[in-house]
Amino acid sequence: MRPSRPKTMMATAAAVALAASAASAADGQAAISAHDLALLNRLSWGQSASSAAELQAIGARDWLDRQLRPRAADRLPDAAQAQIDALPGAQTPMAELVVQMDAQNKAAGKLTDPDQRKAAQQAYQQAMTNLGRAAATRELLRDIYSPDQLQEQMTWFWLNHFNVHMYKRDIRAMVGDYEDQAIRPRALGKFRDLLEATLKHPAMLRYLDNDQNAGGHINENYAREIMELHTMGVGSGYSQKDVQELARILTGVGVDLNPDPPKLKAAYQPLLVRSGLFEFNPNRHDFGDKVLLGHTIKGSGFGEVEQALDILAREPAAAHHISAQMAAYFMGDDPPPALVDRMAKTFLKTDGDIAATLRTLVTSREFDASLGKAFKDPMHYTVSAVRLAYDDRVILNTTPMQNWLNRMSEGLYNHETPDGYAQPAAAWSGPGQMAVRFEIARQIGSGSAGLFKPDQPAAKDAPAFPQLQNALYYKAGLDQTLAPATKSALGQAGSPQDWNTLFLSSPEFMRR
Amino acid sequence: MTLDRRHLMKLGAAFAPALIAGRVWAAPQTRTRVLVVFLRGAYDAANVVIPTGSDFYYQARPTLHIAKPDPANPDAALPLDADWSLHPALKDTIYPLWKAGQVAFVPFAGAGDDLSRSHFETQDTIELGQALQGSRNYGSGFMSRLSATLSGAQPIAFTDQLPLTFRGGKPIPNVAVGAVGKPGVDDRLAGLIRQMYQADPLGPAVAEGFEVRDEVYRTVSAEMVAANRGAVSPKGFELSARRIGRLMKADYNLGFVDIGGWDTHVNEGAAQGYLAGRLGELGRGLSGFADEIGPDAWKDTVVVVVSEFGRTFRENGDRGTDHGHGSVYWVMGGGVKGGRIAGEQTAVAEANLNQNRDYAVLTDYRALIGGLFGRIYGLNQGQLGQVFPGAAPKDLQLV
Repeated sequence: MRPSRPKTMMATAAAVALAASAASAADGQAAISAHDLALLNRLSWGQSASSAAELQAIGARDWLDRQLRPRAADRLPDAAQAQIDALPGAQTPMAELVVQMDAQNKAAGKLTDPDQRKAAQQAYQQAMTNLGRAAATRELLRDIYSPDQLQEQMTWFWLNHFNVHMYKRDIRAMVGDYEDQAIRPRALGKFRDLLEATLKHPAMLRYLDNDQNAGGHINENYAREIMELHTMGVGSGYSQKDVQELARILTGVGVDLNPDPPKLKAAYQPLLVRSGLFEFNPNRHDFGDKVLLGHTIKGSGFGEVEQALDILAREPAAAHHISAQMAAYFMGDDPPPALVDRMAKTFLKTDGDIAATLRTLVTSREFDASLGKAFKDPMHYTVSAVRLAYDDRVILNTTPMQNWLNRMSEGLYNHETPDGYAQPAAAWSGPGQMAVRFEIARQIGSGSAGLFKPDQPAAKDAPAFPQLQNALYYKAGLDQTLAPATKSALGQAGSPQDWNTLFLSSPEFMRR
Repeated sequence: MTLDRRHLMKLGAAFAPALIAGRVWAAPQTRTRVLVVFLRGAYDAANVVIPTGSDFYYQARPTLHIAKPDPANPDAALPLDADWSLHPALKDTIYPLWKAGQVAFVPFAGAGDDLSRSHFETQDTIELGQALQGSRNYGSGFMSRLSATLSGAQPIAFTDQLPLTFRGGKPIPNVAVGAVGKPGVDDRLAGLIRQMYQADPLGPAVAEGFEVRDEVYRTVSAEMVAANRGAVSPKGFELSARRIGRLMKADYNLGFVDIGGWDTHVNEGAAQGYLAGRLGELGRGLSGFADEIGPDAWKDTVVVVVSEFGRTFRENGDRGTDHGHGSVYWVMGGGVKGGRIAGEQTAVAEANLNQNRDYAVLTDYRALIGGLFGRIYGLNQGQLGQVFPGAAPKDLQLV
């Protein structure tokens, strides 16, 4: 095949297939079992030739162990890591970055000349947006190329569970750190740790307004979502009063960009907690006693928050709520209740060990029976297409992917409300959504689609063409998984571009 | 297929009355166009349809209140009746429709049984329209059930995702009208894709998707040609709402659209500011919709504006408002018996607050919308029971 000149490949489908199969014969990959291929497709961001080879080399059981407990030594391909290291803000700690951006914003606002002010404010907004886009680039490159695929999937899952919207206030400067420092390291760890890491992150405190929650000026927003979305789930037995009590416990938990600590009376000074931009300010705290879910919590300072998180993370309702969400994320609609119960048991028995809970899910009969049947949301759809197409060659620009995701309404860090993106298939498979997906299939299938044009002025588009009829397709047995109607349509493709578009539009490729 | 849809619409409009007179129909005809507008995030109804006759309103909102009507003050509320006034951001859009008797407001409206004060929970409650007792069926929304009850319904969601309210039954198309471009998948490829899905559960959705895509593109490309003649292009919700007007004039008669950004916990603003900006856009959108659909079709169009709940009646410590209960719903249209505040009311006073916090719900959304559907479509009790099972419709004689 001559990828740089697809037009010369105009040929019958048979000739196309022959060429592809000849090209892939050199890889020497034998077929892997249909079950293992489906398992890989489910637990990764999408099957690719290299990940199938890895699974096959070590066997499904070891591969799963490795996915559940990623090794510290795992690395991205150099070409991906180098791009990440060169991203805007990549070399500056988040706290510093936020303070710098805040200073830039304030300086812009102080300019007296209206034109200058406007230009400076626009430059600030652009710099902020670039930071958000840099975070998205890092996430997408990891999703496509990281060997730790399950950890990356769970990172997205938790980001969605603990959703923040980057366009609120200055969260664009924080969201990359939120993902990288608060969530990813704990994505397969203990839920209680993850919950606290999100609570102490300025992105979350900004997003749900807890930085404005103070004694006498209660703001319930974050307290409610912790109970309703992050832990127990709506209708699981807490009351409006519990929400109000948790809001009181959370008073004084906020964000401080000021390098100097707040002025406090002597008795309060030992109670101050600061870490980066996070601050627990005793001056703003309601020190009265509280009753949360029947437990009395004595007014004492930030220790109240620790107690509240202990209570919430160990609630059977939380174990159940989180298990149900994880099961739905991987299996699609209506996971079997008996399985969710077993996961919740593991969750409680292991003190909220996420990897252990996932193991109960993944090793279940029900999970096996569901392989290949879950409808991909736009994120899975987009990443799986690019993984399949450019497994062996690192893309140079994720902007087209970010645009596709936004067009399909699942843009990164772009869900405005704290519930995160919906999980049921019906949320993504409406007629209009399917039509949009086919348009995107055509864009990905027809050429490099901008993925190889570096995001710099005057950059040249490097030649590339999606290799979908690759080793995975012919040698590893992907073609064996297609229904006759799909094969028949593929057989009528008039060009490699059409073939790719049809393959990426097929019912099989929509599912995992 | 497109012709079929347009053809059906015309048939419905031109012949329905005669046919109804001539024989008994099993399913009611859909002469009237209905658009449901969902304000997601719980808009602060008390600062939009404002109880300016209430002293308590002014006490409860020291920084957020809108001044009593005063022709000399551009920031003052616009008088609706002795008790109620309208937010000034709606002066050039909704207020003229009120004066023309084409808008009615229903205060103390909402999901009466749902006190979760959760956006998501209550949005789901309303979109599903099911009785609150018992387990929910997320695969059956009330607009989908309505669509199945009517003959000749041409439903569509003007949203980028298919909303819960349109789930269940036949696949109902959705389209993000804000972003429409020339389709890249040509007819041949579309045909092959349809073939692949012939035996797939998604087959009907795929076929419908291509059909709607083509219709919408035709309608919008006609608009783009027109817009090139130097007119200022509308943006945001106004752009979407105008396109919806064009599509509902020609092809669709049962629509749903949502507009977000109403969750005003912090710095909500009063006569000016954040909420005023959102309202301005909403008002321009809705009056733009009426404009595009044209005077004839507007006579036979009903727009219902709902939101999941109201907000705390008192402002909070951050010059905003938190989650509340009762809201104010709007019913608009050329044939609406408007210019009035409809439904059961109570004096706006501290003693009458629900849980000393927010508006009570005196008109349940199912009763209100069910009653409205009953009048619009002539639905009988059995049919209304399919749309809103177990709800007693309340006829506010709004059409």
